[in-house]
Amino acid sequence: MNNPPSFPFPEQASNLAPGVDWIFYTLTALCGAMTLLVVALITFFCIRYRHGSRASRANGNPPSLPWEAGWTLLPVPIFLGVFFWAAQTYFRMSRPPPDAMEINVVAKQWMWKIQHSDGRREINELHIPVGRAVKLVMISQDVIHDFYVPAFRTKQDVVPGRYTTEWFAPTKPGKFHLFCAQYCGLDHAKMGGWIYVMSPLDYAQWLAQGQPPNSLAAQGQRVFHTLGCSGCHAAASKIRAPLLDGIYGKPVPLSDGTIVTADDQYLRDSILLPNKQIAAGYEALMPTFQNRISEEDLTAVIAYLKSLGSVERNDP
Amino acid sequence: MSDPAIAHAAQFDDATQQREAATFGMWVFLATEILFFGGMFLGYAAYRRAYPAAFAAASRHTLLAFGATNTAVLLISSAMMAFAVRAAREKRRAALAWRLFATAALGLLFLGIKGFEYAREFSEHLLPGASFHFDPPYTNQAEMFFYLYFLMTGVHAIHVTIGVVLIAIFGSRAWHTDAFARNDTAVDLLGLYWHFVDIVWVFLFPLIYLVERHS
Amino acid sequence: MNTTTRELPITLEPRANYLNAGHSIWSWLMTTDHKRIGLLYMVSITLFFFVGGLAAALMRLELLRPQGGLVTSALYNKLFTMHGVIMVWFFLIPSIPTVLGNFLVPLMIGARDVAFPRLNLASWYLFMAGGLCVLWAIIAGGVDTGWTFYTPYSSTYANGHVLAMAAGIFIAGFGSIATGLNFIVTIHKMRAPGLTWFRLPLFIWTIYTTSLILVLATPVLAITLTLMALERLFGVGIFNPAMGGDPLLFQHLFWFYSHPAVYIMILPSMGVISELIPCFARKSLFGYKFVAYATISIGVLGFLVWGHHMFVSSQSIYAGMVFSILSFMVAIPSAIKVFNWTATLYKGSITFHTPMLYAFGFIGLFTIGGLTGLFLAALAVDVHLHDTYFVIAHFHYIMVGGAVMGYLGGLHFWWPKITGRLYCEWLAKLAAVTIFAGFNLTFFPQFILGFLGMPRRYPVYAPEFQVLNVLSTAGASILAIGYLLPLAYLLWSLRHGKPAGANPWQATGLEWKTASPPPRDNFTNAPVVTEEPYQYDAEAAELALEETSHV
Repeated sequence: MNNPPSFPFPEQASNLAPGVDWIFYTLTALCGAMTLLVVALITFFCIRYRHGSRASRANGNPPSLPWEAGWTLLPVPIFLGVFFWAAQTYFRMSRPPPDAMEINVVAKQWMWKIQHSDGRREINELHIPVGRAVKLVMISQDVIHDFYVPAFRTKQDVVPGRYTTEWFAPTKPGKFHLFCAQYCGLDHAKMGGWIYVMSPLDYAQWLAQGQPPNSLAAQGQRVFHTLGCSGCHAAASKIRAPLLDGIYGKPVPLSDGTIVTADDQYLRDSILLPNKQIAAGYEALMPTFQNRISEEDLTAVIAYLKSLGSVERNDP
Repeated sequence: MSDPAIAHAAQFDDATQQREAATFGMWVFLATEILFFGGMFLGYAAYRRAYPAAFAAASRHTLLAFGATNTAVLLISSAMMAFAVRAAREKRRAALAWRLFATAALGLLFLGIKGFEYAREFSEHLLPGASFHFDPPYTNQAEMFFYLYFLMTGVHAIHVTIGVVLIAIFGSRAWHTDAFARNDTAVDLLGLYWHFVDIVWVFLFPLIYLVERHS
Repeated sequence: MNTTTRELPITLEPRANYLNAGHSIWSWLMTTDHKRIGLLYMVSITLFFFVGGLAAALMRLELLRPQGGLVTSALYNKLFTMHGVIMVWFFLIPSIPTVLGNFLVPLMIGARDVAFPRLNLASWYLFMAGGLCVLWAIIAGGVDTGWTFYTPYSSTYANGHVLAMAAGIFIAGFGSIATGLNFIVTIHKMRAPGLTWFRLPLFIWTIYTTSLILVLATPVLAITLTLMALERLFGVGIFNPAMGGDPLLFQHLFWFYSHPAVYIMILPSMGVISELIPCFARKSLFGYKFVAYATISIGVLGFLVWGHHMFVSSQSIYAGMVFSILSFMVAIPSAIKVFNWTATLYKGSITFHTPMLYAFGFIGLFTIGGLTGLFLAALAVDVHLHDTYFVIAHFHYIMVGGAVMGYLGGLHFWWPKITGRLYCEWLAKLAAVTIFAGFNLTFFPQFILGFLGMPRRYPVYAPEFQVLNVLSTAGASILAIGYLLPLAYLLWSLRHGKPAGANPWQATGLEWKTASPPPRDNFTNAPVVTEEPYQYDAEAAELALEETSHV
């Protein structure tokens, strides 16, 4: 499944790659032309007007204003055009489709830990089917890393304390480099891996290998009980704590009067930094689980919470 | 224009040019100081925006009486400095010396009050680090507030100290020599510096002490 | 420009000059003469250049093979950190301002010295103190955070002498601020009679703008490094998410300084080119006022684009869009300059002395480097290219192909004025061509490497990247030879070079109106300026040639 590197053109393996390459090659043409123009003019002037040449030097100081206006204003529409084009593509790159397959990534010095929603785990490798949009929800355990797949033309810093996302839809099967692209210490250069994009048949075979693991949400439920969360966050509990059915995506009023949406970041902060935002009407009683829960378990618990009686929201 | 008898450094054409250059140089220096403090103010602003309730709670633990007194002390000292500059212009040596010493004394008073404040905060375990303590729920953010508090007021205090030392030296020079009678530019510039230190405090005080204070 | 001189008694003997006004080490180390201070800096930054260059050489050798093997990863990480810190803060940022700027600013404006000569000397000591701190940090074991010191790696995880290195940069930064302050006041307050703003040489305009950036941006670096160092010492958590902090705050603060810093590095070089082209084309600079305004625009706009280093950092995509469009806009004034330099050649009388070769090299390489910045300003493309070798190629084209070539061009142009000697012209031309060729071979393949996806800061890499890396290393060895040549023949010229005379290039500018080397107080008679700058006459130059050929 090894795709040969196609020097000097990198291969395009995602839905986003052709768009990026179009801009790149257009810029190459424009900038190449500009460079050639400047070099050609200089060369021409140097030959024609070298000291001792016969060319006339009369009237060598034409008024500069028309030229200045010209070469100041001419680049503007070109630059604006390229800017819009690239910004539009960038906007598309930041909006994963709603039906994208969600995969969690935890980065740590110096490896990539992947968790599929069916509970399957991978280290430094990611197996995905061709043609399906994939959204990575990523976080770092320590320093800033970066999930870079050159063939997909996607890259996103993976930051501690905050979830970042990256999405792509692979367009051809193959084996593609994964590089860490944010310096993270000693083995930054070795923190790589492979993305395996598989045909539907191969992917089905891969899925069938090994024991079907517990889904991520089921693993999360186990952690939820093991760490004692259900001790407070249950209807029969003596301690008054918010009930968590359907919490994901719900608006949550806070004690300072603001209202936030319970997204991945909110759930994570509630577990690790419970006093950062306190739900209105509740006391600040929740202990922190910092250093008591790993990033992977945290991802599993959040997956579990997402699965709890989640009501399909019809309002925008 | 300018008296050729007034001495000036060799690189300048005359005393006027020297005075203009020195004054302009001081303004440029103050501009760099604004950017220097600005970085810290930006960090403070970012975190205050992120944690408004926590910062309000932490701010209530600052010692308002001390801070307010210090504000008055600095404002009076700036007024005193302005009078000192006036005395220098009018070539009144004794008045200049006394007013400089008074300014320095007020600056020293500011530092003393600040020292008391720091000592009290230290005993209340508000110094960030291993012994920091702040009641939940805002412990971490309060530590960040006090880190920024000690950093900003600490850097400010260093600037005050430098000012006090320089003012004291100038006061002594005014007392023992007539250097400033011949050329009072330096007093002028030190005045600019002192006013700047005061203005920084005028911004610091409400930002840090007056976050959501009621009664 | 034409000058008339006021009647003042001649107070200096003709052969006395700033170089022989005192021979002891003390007279050099305690000098307040801006010209000697310029030379002190010249020696220091040359030493730092070779230290940083040595690190680069080791890196390029390591990169000959995909699996590396020459140095450990730990050492490689320290090498690229060292290379960045030294080259940015101890070579590029000082280079032209502290060497050529210190030497030339008072001369070009007709002053006896800068406004605050003792502060000028203090600047050099601050620079040296900072440099020694950094060298100590390197010798004591090194730092592996990269010159960018990103948190939380630098503030919480990195081992090594981060504090010492940060302290060194902090201290040297105050030297920079003092130099900038000195130049601003000098240029505002000490110009010769008749020297209005629009009669100033463009070199002064660029030094002035650079000085504004120095005094406004460097304090932000100081506080950023302080915050990072205090976090390292006290672990408070301002950049640590586990305690509610934000690692991105560091990036914003750091790049708020470091982007304007790159304009500190390139603007003075542009000023040099604006002096060289008119002289060697014997023609007034085309569009003088536009070039001056473009300079100021670059300085202002340069403060507004820092976020283009953070497009994939998880900053808001809307912020990214604002930074992207501003980054496109900041390219325009640079383009204006390139077009004006080119237009100056039209109907000129062009000769190809060494400084002019460097000027041409600058224009070509800066154009390529600047245009590749557009790729990085374009959001979607930057996602692919960020943190790859494309970025490395981009900034080396500007900083080495641009700034260093400008420095070398200026050094060769003003060497006769500084030393009173001429250097060996054919060797100098050879060096210039060698540097140009070696540079392109080193860095052009890196554009391709980046587009293919090779990330930066990698001591080992995927095997398919090897061919381009080998080409790059081959270029680096040629470049190294190119840099050693000027060291040799310029030093040689100090003893054996032909005496230059006051104005070997027949250049305009007040600095050429005084002896080479200049007297201690620069001018025997204080100049008065009555004409516009760059009063060259290409027609006359051609006529003169015709006349001599008819004799």
